[in-house]
Amino acid sequence: MKSSKIIIGLLSAAAVAIVACKPKSTSNAVSGDAASKVYVAPGKYDEFYNFVSGGFSGQLSVYGLPSGRLLRVIPVFSMDPEKGWGFSEETKPMLNTSHGFVPWDDLHHVEMSMTDGIADGKWAFVNGNNTPRLARVDLTTFRTAEIIELPNSGGNHSSPFGTENSEYIVAGTRFSVPSDANSDVSIESYKENFKGHISFVSVDKESGEMNIAFQLKTPGVNFDLARTGKGKSHGWFFFSTYNTEQANTLQEVNASQKDKDFIMAVNWKKAEEYIKAGKGAKQKVKYAHNVFDEHTHTATSVIKDEVTVLDVAEYPDIVYFIPCPKSPHGCDVDPTGEYIVGSGKLAALLPVFSFDKIQKAIADKAFESETYSGIPVIKYEAALYGEVQKPGLGPLHTEFDANGNAYTSFFVSSEVVKWNVKDLQVLDRQPTFYSVGHLMVPGGNTKKPLGKYLVAYNKITKDRYLPTGPELSQSAQLYDISGEKMQLILDFPTIGEPHYAQAVAAELIKDKQVKIFDINKNAHAFVAKGEAETKVERIGNQVHVYLTTVRSHLSPDKIEGVQLGDNVYFHVTNLEQDWDVPHGFAIKGASNGELLVMPGETTTLKWTPDRIGIFPMYCTDFCSALHQEMSGYVRVSPKGSNVPISYGLGDKMTTVKK
Amino acid sequence: MNTSMKKAVIAIAGFSLTAAVLVSCGGGSSSGQTKSTARETSETLTTDDYDPNRGEGKFDESNVEAGALNMAMAEKGEAISGTKCLSCHKLSDEKLVGPGWEGVTERRSLHWIMNFITNPDPMIDKDPEVQAQLELCLVRMPNQNLADEEAREIVEFMRKNDGVK
Repeated sequence: MKSSKIIIGLLSAAAVAIVACKPKSTSNAVSGDAASKVYVAPGKYDEFYNFVSGGFSGQLSVYGLPSGRLLRVIPVFSMDPEKGWGFSEETKPMLNTSHGFVPWDDLHHVEMSMTDGIADGKWAFVNGNNTPRLARVDLTTFRTAEIIELPNSGGNHSSPFGTENSEYIVAGTRFSVPSDANSDVSIESYKENFKGHISFVSVDKESGEMNIAFQLKTPGVNFDLARTGKGKSHGWFFFSTYNTEQANTLQEVNASQKDKDFIMAVNWKKAEEYIKAGKGAKQKVKYAHNVFDEHTHTATSVIKDEVTVLDVAEYPDIVYFIPCPKSPHGCDVDPTGEYIVGSGKLAALLPVFSFDKIQKAIADKAFESETYSGIPVIKYEAALYGEVQKPGLGPLHTEFDANGNAYTSFFVSSEVVKWNVKDLQVLDRQPTFYSVGHLMVPGGNTKKPLGKYLVAYNKITKDRYLPTGPELSQSAQLYDISGEKMQLILDFPTIGEPHYAQAVAAELIKDKQVKIFDINKNAHAFVAKGEAETKVERIGNQVHVYLTTVRSHLSPDKIEGVQLGDNVYFHVTNLEQDWDVPHGFAIKGASNGELLVMPGETTTLKWTPDRIGIFPMYCTDFCSALHQEMSGYVRVSPKGSNVPISYGLGDKMTTVKK
Repeated sequence: MNTSMKKAVIAIAGFSLTAAVLVSCGGGSSSGQTKSTARETSETLTTDDYDPNRGEGKFDESNVEAGALNMAMAEKGEAISGTKCLSCHKLSDEKLVGPGWEGVTERRSLHWIMNFITNPDPMIDKDPEVQAQLELCLVRMPNQNLADEEAREIVEFMRKNDGVK
């Protein structure tokens, strides 16, 4: 046994040496067996679902790994004409905020719901960075189920990272801002008036419903990323900070002055105890909470007005600062919960902190002589396990495998680097094309990493694909990490812009997909359960059309009596009860979009005709051999016309008496 | 002129059928919609062990009995049909999307009907008469996810529609 191992070792060393002799260029970084490793034969499934942030598209994309095939794009903080999301009356409330209808956001990070520190495949949480929001995506429907807005925040970047059992999903403000209640202050008064707020959003274990349990009010700094403690460090949360200089202008220079910023360690169990004991101030705020109900197929938006805030300066055993070089981005906890890796994006080394040492430092009060805005600062050496020297330039983010290794992305030197957490030695480095941001290992943020693959989500694409004008598809790269050396095996384009992503085994999700909605359980206020219930009703200047779809006709498909000045609501119920048979609905001149109605679902399109005439309507999703026949006509007459409301299908017409 | 127009229409319809069935393929064996064209299907998939009198599914003489009409069941069946069937089927002998229901319980055994409405895809692929029907209707009867009890109630409603007392 021993001798054979040595031979294999020698062989791989030789292989590595050959590879290493070649210059690192885009053409030869891929070795011969890459194709077979990513080939998923027609009709076969991928091994992992990869949930990838869609950045400034406001969407969440889903890819299969290892093929890199795009499986789904889920609209979250965006309107999506393909799915009618944000266009239908039922989904519009999902995009409501205290600012009104905000149909766009900047979706940066993904966090799977967890049970005992392992992804459980129930929900994916994602953040909206611009108008601070947090969303929950249901992984049985691949739809956004809930969106909650975050008060006292300005850029929800340090989010949506969760605790071991998704007790809380955090939402830390990127921009410190004054509290909402007292916000008309001079920008020059940053140091005095601007504060950080970290929302701890609780998640109901059964329904998933989110609630802002409390907020921590911190000194005014910028929060970047965060990670929960796990195992021994369960009960703690770690946040990276920058701009501890508290600059309010030209941050590029002014927020990069200090050698070290901080990782903020939060004892959230302690904070929870204070909240349970009735501590904290109730503040008047305004934020939207939007929930989609699967039975009524309708979203509701409620504006809430209160949040409980704990000022950490008043509770000195909740928060500690740990110096970390320099403007850290990633702040990542290894599977054991002992090691916390800070990735100072302007630093030339990687500090690894020890949870045990942090606990001892707190017990020993091994603090710097000066607090930071009243918060104790643990001495760097007292918290430090060790440093990875010369790992690369511009470290951003780290994930882990199950064998004690860490993988860190380096933006400036454009590479991914594998290193050993215990001995802090660099084991391998591979180029990325180009300028990697986040990276992801399946389960690489959890207690039990699945390993096998690493995906680099790159910021620059340049020459990787056929060029498409000034803007190029975003770029991801897949590496096989099952061996000692990482091997680039696939490029795949993504929608823009991928920040963070997570992946879970396909088995966790694929067998619990909703295929249809039971028509008998449809509780929509305007459902028509069968053609016998279809009708057209006038209420003042509103015309409600209870319309059904089935392969291959609309019922009714002839409607008269609509008048200029009316608002027409087409409540479309899809009577199909078979998987993968949605029907679409569109009418000429509708100023919003189409509907895409799932089997058993009811969805509403509002249409305000702008002229008299005949308006065709039709099914937009190819449904059957007679799809082209699936259509109808609506007649619009002048206001005050004596044409009565009438509707029908085939030779059956109903006229509503005035 | 008229004749050639008709032929062209039929050709186009035939072509779209092929396209439609191809598009709906790929669901795997569970949906059963894995075949390319109706003609190909009839040649390659009619298996010797398919019994066109029984159909394919859970039901046969042993578990479906026809006694006197059960009015309560027929009423339930009528309600379910309203939601799930009558968009495409008339109660007369007139074809809408699919054939009219009049006389169906005389042409077919009750258990054949129950197999077909609970398990349509394999039967559309295998049953020669259903395939002939598909060539007329051009729409595969959808699986409307009926529970066994619901299927029996619909059949009771069909019997009432056919004048069974």
